[in-house]
Amino acid sequence: MTPLISLRGLTKTYGRGDATVEALRGIDLDIEAGECVALMGPSGSGKSTLMNLLGCLDAPTDGRYLFAGRGVESLSAAQRALLRRHFLGFVFQGFNLLARTSALENVELPLLYRGMSRALRRQRARAALDSVGLGDRARHTPAELSGGQQQRVAIARAVVSEPRVLFADEPTGNLDTATSREIMELIVDLNQRLGITVVMVTHEIEMTAYARRVIEVRDGLLAADRRVDAVQEAC
Amino acid sequence: MVWNAFGIALREIRRNLVRAALTVLGVVIGVAAVVVMVTLGDGATASVTDQVKSLGSNLIVARPGRGLGPGSTSSAPGFEAADAAAIVDAVPEASAAVPVRNLSVTAVYLQENWSTQAVGSTVDYFEVAGWSLASGRFFTEAEARAARPVCVLGSSLAATLFGQLEPLGAEVRLKTLSCRVVGVLETKGQGAMGNDQDDVVVLPLTTLERRLAGRVGRRDISTLMISARDGVSTDRVVQSVAVVLRERRGIAANEDDDFSVIDTEQIAATLGATTRILTMLLGAVAAVSLLVGGIGIMNIMLVSVTERTREIGIRMAIGALPREVRWQFMVESVVLSVVGGLVGIALALVGSIALADLMGIPFRFGTRINLIAFAFSAAVGVLFGFMPARRAARLDPIEALRHE
Repeated sequence: MTPLISLRGLTKTYGRGDATVEALRGIDLDIEAGECVALMGPSGSGKSTLMNLLGCLDAPTDGRYLFAGRGVESLSAAQRALLRRHFLGFVFQGFNLLARTSALENVELPLLYRGMSRALRRQRARAALDSVGLGDRARHTPAELSGGQQQRVAIARAVVSEPRVLFADEPTGNLDTATSREIMELIVDLNQRLGITVVMVTHEIEMTAYARRVIEVRDGLLAADRRVDAVQEAC
Repeated sequence: MVWNAFGIALREIRRNLVRAALTVLGVVIGVAAVVVMVTLGDGATASVTDQVKSLGSNLIVARPGRGLGPGSTSSAPGFEAADAAAIVDAVPEASAAVPVRNLSVTAVYLQENWSTQAVGSTVDYFEVAGWSLASGRFFTEAEARAARPVCVLGSSLAATLFGQLEPLGAEVRLKTLSCRVVGVLETKGQGAMGNDQDDVVVLPLTTLERRLAGRVGRRDISTLMISARDGVSTDRVVQSVAVVLRERRGIAANEDDDFSVIDTEQIAATLGATTRILTMLLGAVAAVSLLVGGIGIMNIMLVSVTERTREIGIRMAIGALPREVRWQFMVESVVLSVVGGLVGIALALVGSIALADLMGIPFRFGTRINLIAFAFSAAVGVLFGFMPARRAARLDPIEALRHE
């Protein structure tokens, strides 16, 4: 079976001349559909760059990127946007919800760009909010929600369009331990119940306990790739 | 996609109504200013031409010097009283012709004194100039021939001097001449230049020349008023009168006229042109404020792109195409300016009705200027929304998401 994500010799350099920074120096990586992967590494290791490339938010300088068997490394900005729209979901450290916009409208947003009808949009956004346990907070704006609740809304927004991959960039970075645990359990649940592939960036070692595969990035290269099978409640 | 952008843009506008209102304020004021200026100007033009036309379609006026209005010269000699008689004799289409001489005088009655215009003319003057009587009578042929000190007062002069008292039979002093009031004229109202036509005292030309002007010049008549017979083309009368006057003034065939003969149609057109130029100037000044309003929209939209960088990043990460982001900002800008235009037009409607009433100008709804102002406000939205929208669409999603 072809892996869902397949990278071969992927590099990314920023800047020109003397100021050139090699963020990634040749990454080979396969991620199967349904996997739950944690990307680890100190800051400046290139893990965020890798995440941006995997999430098609940016284009690599060189190398191959096959998404579901198709080369996507040289897509235009608009084509990458369409790929994100139809196959990818994002959760960020800073929640990144639209301010002064109700939870329901935030969750609806990806469906709006898909051109879905208003009624269907509402229905699916409500279902997504219910699935993260915020069905009764649909009318609340981000300012009226706690951090954990905001992150739940963000997760609902990421999965409402039924993506193939959910990218989570430090999803618990702004949350306390108890809330972090809830959010991680929610993500694990989405992975196990809906089969959504999860790629999560984190630098907190305890969060990797939730992932069955931990990839370590160091100086723009893969330093380690461990599979952990014995952990309870992990994905 | 445009439809989608509409929904998103409207939602964003609703989300920040105060900012939206402040953004469009400039366009509202600009559009309102342009429409009010032009509407009032059109009303003023219409009122001027209406008043001139109310003089009657068969009135023809001859004045010394070339042209009327700006640039006219008055160095040419005036007419003689005999010119009027000559015109009636030579031009069969002219039913009457009267010489008119104006003089500024101070009219005194008891303690009241008032600076006014004395008009010296012949008996036919009242009919040619379209005056009717409120009380008393006009002066007679015999009184005119004998240069009797009699006069007919305009209604506002009568009101000023006499108030509630009876003017008929009273003696009014004009300069050193004591003059008996024989009649009071019906009110005519405001003149074409905004002057009070009823602030006037009419007396026989003979009386004015011999007993008031203090000097009997041969060529002191400033105006000849000629009345064309009904159903006669005034153009032909104008030409015939010009021929008579050229001959009497001894103008050689190769020389230009040193006088002008025009009918009411032309007077209306000339005066109308003057007010139209003023209207255009005022409209142009107002258009500048509309432009400033448009720049205000661009300013806020540019600030808003910076302020909403994160929002743009979120939308792009979720899968919004760059052109969808561009459309969103474009539509926001156009919707704002179009709404501003509509509010401005509504405001202008109320404002110009009120101002027209206050200034005594008729209110004329100008479809054209309203459409132009509206189209202009929409164009402002497109023009000044373009740059912010392009900037928003060119943002890099990663950079935008990192933006604080």
